Amino acid sequence: MAAAVGRVLRLGGRWSAAAPGGPRAQMLRLIYTTTAVQRKNAGASGPEKYTEAFIKKQIEEFNLGKRHLANMMGEDPETFTQEDIDRAIAYLFPSGLFDKQARPMMKHPTEIFPEQRKIQWGEDGRPFHFLFYTGKQSYYSLMHETYEKLLSVQKYQDQLTAQDLPPQKEKRENICDILNRNLAGSRWLTKIELEEMLLEKLSDDDYSRFIQLLQKLMTLPCGNIEEKYIQKFSKVVPAQLQKIVIEPLKYDERGVAFSTGEGKRKTARATAVVYDNGTGKITVNGIDVLHYFPVLQDREQLLFPFQFLDRVGKHDMVCTVSGGGRSAQAGAIRLASAKALRSFVTEKEVEFMRQAGLLTVDPRVKERKKPGQEGARRKFTWKKR
Amino acid sequence: DDKLLSEPLSHPDFFNVKELFSLKDLFDARVHLGHKKGCRHRFMEPYIFGCRLDQDIIDLDQTMQHLQLALNFTAHIAYRKGIILFISRKRQFCHLVESTARECGEYAHTRYWQGGLLTNAHIQFGSGVRLPDLLVFLSSLNNAFQPHVAIRDAAKMNIPTVGVVDTNCNPCLITYPIPGNDDSPTAMELYCKLFRMTIIRAKDKRRQSEVFDELR
Repeated sequence: MAAAVGRVLRLGGRWSAAAPGGPRAQMLRLIYTTTAVQRKNAGASGPEKYTEAFIKKQIEEFNLGKRHLANMMGEDPETFTQEDIDRAIAYLFPSGLFDKQARPMMKHPTEIFPEQRKIQWGEDGRPFHFLFYTGKQSYYSLMHETYEKLLSVQKYQDQLTAQDLPPQKEKRENICDILNRNLAGSRWLTKIELEEMLLEKLSDDDYSRFIQLLQKLMTLPCGNIEEKYIQKFSKVVPAQLQKIVIEPLKYDERGVAFSTGEGKRKTARATAVVYDNGTGKITVNGIDVLHYFPVLQDREQLLFPFQFLDRVGKHDMVCTVSGGGRSAQAGAIRLASAKALRSFVTEKEVEFMRQAGLLTVDPRVKERKKPGQEGARRKFTWKKR
Repeated sequence: DDKLLSEPLSHPDFFNVKELFSLKDLFDARVHLGHKKGCRHRFMEPYIFGCRLDQDIIDLDQTMQHLQLALNFTAHIAYRKGIILFISRKRQFCHLVESTARECGEYAHTRYWQGGLLTNAHIQFGSGVRLPDLLVFLSSLNNAFQPHVAIRDAAKMNIPTVGVVDTNCNPCLITYPIPGNDDSPTAMELYCKLFRMTIIRAKDKRRQSEVFDELR
């Protein structure tokens, strides 16, 4: 009814049922707009589908724009990389926005437009994939393939038993290797990664079923035949510990070994230089520790790493610290000295220090005050009336 | 072109599907074995030969006739390049049915049936999708022993159905029911083999007829 009235008021009568909103809005002079017509078009086809021609055009425009940008910046268009583009855009369109993704960007269209599935059926209407009518064709075809691998492994096992050969053969070590590898350094693909691989939405149930099937395939005695297939769905996780490099000791002019460490706590930043063959003397910002930290608690914090390693009177320390308060500076120096001491000590003791918490940065900072409350957590006094 | 399509319709058994199976094949594949007397569906009584030690035995003569009609119909649909969708909710035979469909070049659905697949297809798949022209049920019950939703949906969308009905199934809405066992692996393999051979035969015949027409 409202839509009919809207249509009557339109001038010229030049309207069609499926015309887009933009040009139509400029043509007509409605006295009031109706939402009934717009409601019919919205939500019909789901997310926007980009045709191949559209993407091709975008790629051409991007390449052209890249060359123009290179000319503008005075650089060679042939060797203009993506990093140069990012720098040029940041220079030409400076933006103070916080979110990096809200700032102007110029990237290749394949990164901007998400990968989408093309039309699933041919000219005669017949779908290309034999599981098209299930709705989740990639996921179900994946399950079908994996089940086929399972059946082939079982057939192989049956063949071996028929020939009276043991099912494990000499490949026993391989299985142990795989298990060890899995314990230490590999994980299955996450649900999001699998969704990206299949270009389809999955439910948690579907994902867990697929992982269970893969695990079943892996645990079969002759499962290592399909190792390549399983590796497609597992990722290597490098152990975190091996990444940290402990610096070797340095020697100053007097021949004394020393090493440096940096530490932070809240807003305090500290650097500590720990010297060998010392008497336990500690200097902070050029001032003796007794004068700089009059409170016993802070001095105890400074001594903790040395006490933990039984090296209380053996090292000298010179540190610089800035920012924060009394306690924060003490904590920062403690972390810095513990990091410096790593170079003097065996790997086992480094692991002990790590487990004692001497080498971890304390992440606690002051929580911000929220509006409508008196502090970070404290609310205003509640009054009944 | 008209002759190509109307010529097969004049013969009662243009694709000679009768030679693909015999009574002995059906018996060896244990197609005659039904469920127990307590599971019997009322509308399956005409198809049951008798009951032995509480187990229903399906009449294989009737099965032969129904099977011939159903295979003939499937062959005609395949000859006219229709889309055939195999449905079975038996987990045991899921892989077998999917492989059969893939080998024929047709389609299969042996997974959880989402409600609007046939009735709400333009929104589920996108506009311009073509629905199947024939549904073949290799087991017409779902995992809760209730009639599969696709039987009712196909009837709503005017899509003919061919289905293997066991003694506990409802043969009402299925256009070409085939009374027979749907639980034994041998029986299912036999049905898959028969459907695969008919479809491949029909498609080959179509290709041959088109080639002859072009030569003329």
